Amino acid sequence: MRHDINFDINIFADLQQMFQYGFMQHAFEAGTVVAIIAGIVGYFVVLRRSSFAAHALSHIGFAGAAGAVLIGVSPVFGLLLFTSVGGTTMATLGRRAAHRDVHIGIVLAFLLGLGVLFISLYTGYATEAYSILFGEILGISASDVVLTLVAGLIILCAIAAVYRPLLFSSLDEDVAEAKGMPVLLLGVIFMLLVAVAVSIAVQVVGVLLIFSLMVTPAATAQRLARRPQRIIIISVIISLLATWSGLFISFYEPYPVSFFITTIVFAFYLFVRFAYQRIGSKESDRHVKEAGQHTSLP
Amino acid sequence: MSLTQKSEIIQAENLAAGYQGNVVWQNASFSIDRGEFVAIIGPNGAGKTTLFRMLLGLQPPVGGQVKIFGQLPSKGNPKIGYVPQRHSVDSEMTIESLELVRLGFSGKRWGFGLFSQKNADRKAALEALQAVWAEELAQRPLGVLSGGELQRVFLAEALVSNPEVLLLDEPLSNLDIRREKELLQLVNNIVRSRKVTALLIAHNINPILPYLDKVIYIANGKVATGRPDEVITSERLSALYGVHIEVLHDSRGNIAIIGVEDYHPDSE
Repeated sequence: MRHDINFDINIFADLQQMFQYGFMQHAFEAGTVVAIIAGIVGYFVVLRRSSFAAHALSHIGFAGAAGAVLIGVSPVFGLLLFTSVGGTTMATLGRRAAHRDVHIGIVLAFLLGLGVLFISLYTGYATEAYSILFGEILGISASDVVLTLVAGLIILCAIAAVYRPLLFSSLDEDVAEAKGMPVLLLGVIFMLLVAVAVSIAVQVVGVLLIFSLMVTPAATAQRLARRPQRIIIISVIISLLATWSGLFISFYEPYPVSFFITTIVFAFYLFVRFAYQRIGSKESDRHVKEAGQHTSLP
Repeated sequence: MSLTQKSEIIQAENLAAGYQGNVVWQNASFSIDRGEFVAIIGPNGAGKTTLFRMLLGLQPPVGGQVKIFGQLPSKGNPKIGYVPQRHSVDSEMTIESLELVRLGFSGKRWGFGLFSQKNADRKAALEALQAVWAEELAQRPLGVLSGGELQRVFLAEALVSNPEVLLLDEPLSNLDIRREKELLQLVNNIVRSRKVTALLIAHNINPILPYLDKVIYIANGKVATGRPDEVITSERLSALYGVHIEVLHDSRGNIAIIGVEDYHPDSE
């Protein structure tokens, strides 16, 4: 079917052609929601230095997804259940638990093993495991799109409600606690946001590649701006561009979408890290020198 | 009751501190008046930060009681500004100083705050940065600031809500002698000009001595309080530690405390 499609320099015509296919339309819809959510939640993941916890959640979700497939329901429900329970547990264990890499690693290895068992018990072994691990956005159904959209809206509303306290407790937990902020509750809310975001993002990039949408865009954006709201906007733009162009290219090339997405975000990161940063560091050197002249006492 | 005396900000009676039945120190009775500059001195693990946590309502006393503004401490008291001990800031932290100080003003509010008060918190944050001689740091990322600059930004974050009491946990720990002096002059300036009460935890008393009204010396499970010249004496410290201790004075007013292993006098 795909062989009679050719790339045309008129991008608009290309898109029109693409959207004639239901699977491409669904992929763009779900991909857009996921990119926005991952770009936003990812910033808090980076700010709280919880990328390992996010990584762990996606692996914990693998067992849930595999279990869901085994009992014949959509993997996203297993993902939501396992990541939410796992995230709440990690958050309630206390403020330092997010940094207890060893304990998290031990539990996640066990759950990955459990996931392998579930997958092997299921007869359709290879394809299901593959799509959970690496994402299968072109296989997204209309009902999955609706579910993704609902989950995305819930996350957006939750973040709009807790934005400032969450930012404050992520940036300066001790002071936020002393000011009477419910830092433990905010930690649980954060982990639940990550859990839901991971669950819907797995459809696009899979359990193993979750970093590409949850961490790389935010980590790249952090180098480009100094105000949280701007960083979040840039992070969303990067993940949107990567997801859209990944989908676009995959329409013409017979390689996995998740490969294109991970490669594009990585290219962004490399460019900002090495090419852009060189310009930026010169500027901040100048700032340091200027400021140094003013720091002496009046 | 003695609490009716208006200038008393903090009162401790037979106060004991600790965790889950383990007493770290006990029998502390002292009072701190409005506008006093107080140092809390003592070796590592003596329970200095625990006193702050009790005043902030984050931890209950294990015995006795402490009152602040005539009431038992409760979480989130807006009249207290707190600068916790921070070991470092991630060098990749690109958020500018002004944003952190703004959160000190509005970080407690729920919601996104897109339409409300946007300029009020910005203005308050800029004023707080000016008050600590750091307005030129407003747009600079936290990750590139030096130890002394960071402490001034943290101080602005605490001052932005106009507190009556400042709790400063080891603000001098990563500063060289010159920055140390700068920061102390700044804190002293705030204490005197705004009638703010400041409690400052430190390792070494010498740099703070010229500014102090009172010292709370915590060691060996006991607490001694009073004017520095009352507390830092051979007799009081020997009684506190339970071993013989010699307090020596040099020609410039510096103090050397001999007989306490982890106490390193200033070698300026």
